[in-house]
Amino acid sequence: MLSNSLVLGASTGFNSGDMIYQLIAFIILLLLLKKFAWGPLMGIMKERENHIANEIESAEQSRTEAKKLLEEQRNLLKEARNDAQGLIESAKKQGDVQREEIIAAARAESERIKQSAKVEIEQQKEQAVAAIREQVASLSVLIASKVIEKELSAEDQEKLINEYIQEAGEER
Amino acid sequence: MHHGAPLREFMGLTFNLGNIMMITVASAVVFIIAVLATRKLAMKPTGMQNILEWVMDFVKGIINSSMDWKDGGRFHLLALTLIMYIFVSNMLGLPFSITYNGELWWKSPTADPAITLTLSLMLLALTHFFGIKAKGAGGYGREFLKPFWIMSPIKIVEEFANALTLGLRLYGNIYAGEILLSLLVGSLAAGSWAGKFAAIIPTVAWQGFSIFIGGIQAFIFCMLSMVYMAHKVSRDH
Repeated sequence: MLSNSLVLGASTGFNSGDMIYQLIAFIILLLLLKKFAWGPLMGIMKERENHIANEIESAEQSRTEAKKLLEEQRNLLKEARNDAQGLIESAKKQGDVQREEIIAAARAESERIKQSAKVEIEQQKEQAVAAIREQVASLSVLIASKVIEKELSAEDQEKLINEYIQEAGEER
Repeated sequence: MHHGAPLREFMGLTFNLGNIMMITVASAVVFIIAVLATRKLAMKPTGMQNILEWVMDFVKGIINSSMDWKDGGRFHLLALTLIMYIFVSNMLGLPFSITYNGELWWKSPTADPAITLTLSLMLLALTHFFGIKAKGAGGYGREFLKPFWIMSPIKIVEEFANALTLGLRLYGNIYAGEILLSLLVGSLAAGSWAGKFAAIIPTVAWQGFSIFIGGIQAFIFCMLSMVYMAHKVSRDH
């Protein structure tokens, strides 16, 4: 039975009609598919290819643009940072100068005040000394007159007057 | 098991109506699949469109592996139609085979040597046609004398051998698969309950294997025809 069926299957043979039919059917199938399926499919694949290529190109473009902008921004930032640094630097310098000035002025002022105070003190001292001297002189005169009133005799007075005269004469 | 073929005579030609029907069915299935898949084409492919685009790229890969795309691009649609037609044909005979009045109607069309040899002869004829077109008759003729003139008989025999092996390889694989399936189902399972039970596992296994074989054979047929085409068309061979 087995060999029988195998032989039977093979014995359907070469049918010329089948061959022609297969050939024609395949050609028709090819043409139909080309028109209705492969053509549109290839079209859309081509379109997608182009689309992707365009997208890649534009992505490339925007990337370079972004890079350029970034560079620009970076430069600007750097510039701004430098500016800020400069500002801080100059402000610091100015502050230093101002401080120095203020300190110098204060020092000068204090010196002046000290000086004037010293002068004042000196003056006051002079005055006080003068006043005391005056006081002492008048007091001593007073005391002296009191003492002289009491104890200076005529003899002594004479002697004193002579002495003075002599001294005055010597000085000359 | 004993089934004949529905042979009919028409205009002096013999037609196996089973084959005629199955060729038509296979062509229709391929056409319907392709048209359904490409009915709503989108830039972002989904579902069936994806599958068909994958097949398209796959065939493109086959062609690219054997020849320059500049030469082979025009065979893209041919190879694509061929691989799909053969694959569908191989699959058609797997789920069932139908006999009516003792005549076998439903089977794989590729399980008939006439069909596969028609396809392979058509392909070989095309290779010669495109070979002459690409190199001119002189260049085409000189190919047979290379590398030595004494090789030319072998070269000529090779052409016939190519056509025969290309067709018969496909036929043999598919026909053997169907024979084994019909033996499993028709003999083993037709017997006792134990036979039916015992037939399930080998039948399932063999059907799975046949699907694999069908895919591989479609691929091989397509690739070999493109290799033969490359031999004729490419300049550097």
